[in-house]
Amino acid sequence: MAVDMGLNILIVDDYKTMLRIVENLLKQLGFTNVYQATDGSMALKMLRDGAFGLIISDWNMEPMTGLQLLKEVRADRKLNTVPFIMVTAESKVENVAAAKEAGVNNYIVKPFNAETLKQKLSAVLGAF
Amino acid sequence: MTEPECLATLEASLPQKIKTAHAATRLPPTAEEISTIVQQTVSTLTGDVTAGDLKFYVGLQELASFIRNARKEIAEIQPKDITVSHIPLATDELDAVVEATEEAANKIMDVCDMIQDIAIACKPEVNEKLVACTTRIFEACNFQDITGQRITKVVTTLKRIDKKVEALLKALGEEINRNGEARAIVNDDSDALLHGPQLPKNAVDQAAIDKLLSGE
Repeated sequence: MAVDMGLNILIVDDYKTMLRIVENLLKQLGFTNVYQATDGSMALKMLRDGAFGLIISDWNMEPMTGLQLLKEVRADRKLNTVPFIMVTAESKVENVAAAKEAGVNNYIVKPFNAETLKQKLSAVLGAF
Repeated sequence: MTEPECLATLEASLPQKIKTAHAATRLPPTAEEISTIVQQTVSTLTGDVTAGDLKFYVGLQELASFIRNARKEIAEIQPKDITVSHIPLATDELDAVVEATEEAANKIMDVCDMIQDIAIACKPEVNEKLVACTTRIFEACNFQDITGQRITKVVTTLKRIDKKVEALLKALGEEINRNGEARAIVNDDSDALLHGPQLPKNAVDQAAIDKLLSGE
């Protein structure tokens, strides 16, 4: 099935520079509907109020970390099937293991490039 | 009183007397207070003072002297400067670094957006090359996120050190805090005019500098 390039994507990061980078790269790849949240609580509210097809989140945020956001999303009946990609500087094995256990769909380590983003998105959404 | 009896008496009474002195003031006993307690305790011992008693007493006097010197040395290094001046200045400077890199990264990306807008009007092969170049610039701007996170870790560590120094100051009590207010940081460099970049709130802008030079 072809990937819907108009699906709503929510990117979550407390660094505005990062939000801008990811949004730009997603738009370069052809995705048209990209939304931003600067922390986990804002993200959860947007997710519960809206209809998102993908979440791309940082890990290191306060007061709610990306891992906590992931767990909240997986515990929510409405949201628990939404694909979730972690994009983070956390690169230890234990981090990846924890994210996997919490139900992450893919994991990208910062710094990353457009090609890596495309590969991980394809792995989750299908080829595009 | 035999030597073992003397030692048993000292071991039983000294800890309680030191604890009582601490409870009365809520501060660790000073070297002088410990010395006084030891003298009072030893003077209650009856019978000949044995070699063991003397050795024990000398040991306690040395301990009191060590504590007195340690407190004096710590007071001399002005530990209050660390919490009042050095650490706040360091964390302010690091915050300024994060802000400056964020500003720079955003300016770079603004220009990339402009190039991408221009690329739309170019031939497809030129468009492709321009977009590829700007994409690489966007990727490179990842640096701001990574450096920002590393600097945040440093700031957190500095704040922890600050708390520990503050706790140490409290534990060492009045003697340390009596050594006056924290001093302003004085440059160790031989050139006293080497201040480095100023924080944004303290910086003088180019227009103001031009006015100074022109004598306005």
